[in-house]
Amino acid sequence: MNLSTLFTILMKAAHYLILILMGAYTIAAYAAFRSRSREVRERLFLRQDWLLLGIHFLAYLTMYLKTLNTELLLFYAAQLIYFLFVLLLFRNLYPRISKGLLNNMCLLVMTGFVMITRLSYDESVRQFRFACIGTGIALIVPVIIRKLHLLTKMSWAYAFVGIGLLGLVMVASRSVNGAKLTLTVGGFAFQPSEFVKIIFVFAVAGLLAGEHSLKRIITATVLAAVHVGILVISTDLGSALIFFVTYLVMLFVATRNPFLVSIGVLAGAAAAVAAYFLFSHVRVRVQIWKDPFADYAGSGYQICQSLFSIAAGGWLGTGLYRGSPGAIPYVEEDFMFSAILEEMGGIFGICLILVCLAVFIMFVNIAMKLESRFYRLAAVGFGAIYATQVFLTIGGGTKLIPMTGVTLPLVSYGGSSLLSTLIMIAIVQGLYMLRSDEVREEYETERSRISEPGQPYRD
Amino acid sequence: MRQNDPGYQNPDNHTETDTGNSVQKDSRRRRSFLSRVHIRKIDLSSQQPGETEEPGDRRNTELVAVTYFFIALLLLLTVWIGYLEIFRRDDLNSNINNTKKAGTSGNVIRGSILTGDGTILASTSIDGDGNETRSYPYSNIFAHVIGYASNGSAGLEAGENYDLMSSHTSLLSQIQSKDDGKKVQGDNVIVTLNPSLQQTAYYALGSYKGAVVVMEPDSGKILAMVSKPDFDPNTISTQWESLVADASSGVLLNRATQGLYPPGSTFKMLTTLAYLREHPSDYNQFSWDCTGSLSQGDVTITCYHGEQHGQEDLTAAFRNSCNTAFADIGLNLKDNALHNVAEDFLFNSKLPTDIQSSQSVFKLTKNSSDGEKMTTAIGQGDTLVTPLHMAMVTSTIANGGIMMRPYLVDQIKSSEGDTVSKNDPSIYKKLMTPDEAQTITQFMEATVTSGTAQALSGAGYSVAGKTGSAEHDIDGGGTGTHSWFCGFSNVDDPDIAVAVIAEDAGTGSAVAVPIAKQIFDAYYGG
Repeated sequence: MNLSTLFTILMKAAHYLILILMGAYTIAAYAAFRSRSREVRERLFLRQDWLLLGIHFLAYLTMYLKTLNTELLLFYAAQLIYFLFVLLLFRNLYPRISKGLLNNMCLLVMTGFVMITRLSYDESVRQFRFACIGTGIALIVPVIIRKLHLLTKMSWAYAFVGIGLLGLVMVASRSVNGAKLTLTVGGFAFQPSEFVKIIFVFAVAGLLAGEHSLKRIITATVLAAVHVGILVISTDLGSALIFFVTYLVMLFVATRNPFLVSIGVLAGAAAAVAAYFLFSHVRVRVQIWKDPFADYAGSGYQICQSLFSIAAGGWLGTGLYRGSPGAIPYVEEDFMFSAILEEMGGIFGICLILVCLAVFIMFVNIAMKLESRFYRLAAVGFGAIYATQVFLTIGGGTKLIPMTGVTLPLVSYGGSSLLSTLIMIAIVQGLYMLRSDEVREEYETERSRISEPGQPYRD
Repeated sequence: MRQNDPGYQNPDNHTETDTGNSVQKDSRRRRSFLSRVHIRKIDLSSQQPGETEEPGDRRNTELVAVTYFFIALLLLLTVWIGYLEIFRRDDLNSNINNTKKAGTSGNVIRGSILTGDGTILASTSIDGDGNETRSYPYSNIFAHVIGYASNGSAGLEAGENYDLMSSHTSLLSQIQSKDDGKKVQGDNVIVTLNPSLQQTAYYALGSYKGAVVVMEPDSGKILAMVSKPDFDPNTISTQWESLVADASSGVLLNRATQGLYPPGSTFKMLTTLAYLREHPSDYNQFSWDCTGSLSQGDVTITCYHGEQHGQEDLTAAFRNSCNTAFADIGLNLKDNALHNVAEDFLFNSKLPTDIQSSQSVFKLTKNSSDGEKMTTAIGQGDTLVTPLHMAMVTSTIANGGIMMRPYLVDQIKSSEGDTVSKNDPSIYKKLMTPDEAQTITQFMEATVTSGTAQALSGAGYSVAGKTGSAEHDIDGGGTGTHSWFCGFSNVDDPDIAVAVIAEDAGTGSAVAVPIAKQIFDAYYGG
């Protein structure tokens, strides 16, 4: 048996092992939900860390055996240090952090690293750099959340900054792929809508957290409509939908009024129909969705290639470097999930969706445990942003729904998207610890009461 | 810790236990983790001054609703991916536009295309330097149906590209080839084509432009498919420039599946069906006195060569291919009757087959003029049809009214001979009753015994058929006549159905019928 044969067998084995590890990771994520015992959960979280580092190792081993590029080994080492740093530092700096959320974040970032490295080495280096910057910012975000109560009182400032940024993009930006998305500042292109998402959630939370008089609701609705309107005019339909859904979810949670939400849904449906007839780019998207093969060589090419990728991969995937996901235009941004389906397979893809779902459930869990209405609303808002974005990008890439051109958070290539999602998760982590603070205070008073002599335990 | 104390119940929270479905009482019956989440919240929550929720306040129901909504959305994604993997994968992999395998062809040797008896129609050989050559032993004879794999690709080489470039050899032999530094052998495609019938059809069509399709009516298997003018797929690369430059002759076009022709009198099979449906009990009383021409408005329909057929019943009108009789039927059919029959028989829609084909065209509606009704009823007018489609119509009549899906690929086998996948005959739809099929078959038999296809009678096998002489405008002026024949043999238990068209060759009787006869003779002569 010669060396290349050995490599082939090794790569095949590594591929199947990755699938098994990914399955085990996903099972652990849900087992942790089910378990009431803190000890068991801690064990599961630790197991997840080993599993995700295992997947990371096997994926880079595969890529190295295929390319024999020594640069990859160094890159792997750098990433390994990064993950160890993130996993250890966060835990030690913030002992009461949600470890499940931290793990899932690392798994998604890791999957992104692997797939982007496979698709374009240069881009993966850039992505890695952004991850480091984002993680640095994320490290201090929980502190800000805990200490700066002022953050909850600046709704109008958030709204004006948000609308101002989106408006600026609409007016000043250059058009990219038919959608006006980026703003270039000092040679550095960024996508403001990614960051406006975060302050939008804060703005709406601030407006709806107090008493929700009709006046408040109308004010918040008008602000949200302005955001969505600007995005539609900028032809950033994906972001417009995300803002719209997020606002409705927050409105529903704040008012607990299904009637208001029904009106919102109806209004949204009417607006969608109007947009269909008003804007040709909306019609094109719908036509591609109905029959991508009708204009195969033109507008349908991207989604057709995406479908071919999915079919080529099947349940088990071709293995890294054994497929050709590069045939999909903009694969590393909007069609990352199709590339994953092709090379890692349908099973891996479904596990990845379940991990995304776990992230969302954690967001809502944290919301459920929070006392402050502002933070509750904010956590739900972030959850809605995240879940909607996952649904739009995966649904669009697999032709379940028309394409809207949004990224898969943490996995897709793109500095703005990665940074904003890391910050969003850091905020939610901060909220989780706020809640832990509440519990701890309660626990401390409880204990002091017990230790007081002559004071009976009354519960 | 509080949350571990089973007896603990926060006094301020007693109302919330309602939402938690009496959480504390039957904690063992709780199943969904969501409800657990709910419970943990109750156990943990602290009440702080000013933030106490009012009694009866169901704090988390709205959050649970939101959670279920998004869980449903994301689970829908997983179901959809499952659907794509299970039900759409094969379609997508063999989609004509899919070039995935071309990108990974580096380690697979393209499989062969063979007939059921092992005759090689296309195979790849490798010389000592590792150069691969695709060769086609029958050169021009299977040109269009097998197609080519260079300069773009066409025919089965395109449609079966995915299978030809996939390998299902055992892992052991894959490792073995890898070890020897060799490529893996791709899977073989076994086709339904019959080499001797194909050759007969090829030579019978001679130098005419046109097409021949032979299929089994009761299975849908295509036994022969010829299109002319043709080319040699072995030399396609070197001749590519001239083949493409010569656009007017359309050498590369597979006329059998993509050539659109006026059906001429062969369409009378369907006009007859429309008439039978309107006169299920009294079609025997049909009577027509043919004077050689029929005028309505400014359109005059004449029988071929102005022949006068005299007094005719429906059998005689069909047998004689009497234009005036069928034009009259066309005038008197109810609105949309012919349109409905044509659309039932897949005009204006995609044919139910993996074989790439053009859509046949039928334009007559209830608003059409009398002239259009008359010309359409005799197969002229705006109607256009592919030879494959006419073979399917003929097969449907032969098969007692049931249309089978036509297919070319019988099975896929690994290079070691293991079956990877197999196509079985499949019914598309029952398009007419056995009685209707029987009646039209009798008319078609009469055409052979005493009508326009008499050349096929007395040959030791029975044939039912219909000729056609389809007039069409020639570019640059004048009209030409395409010669058609559609029919099937061994009428009681049909063996094969044949559709023949020879372009600008004259009447169906003169050219297409003799071509069909050679095919039938070959089939029965062995």
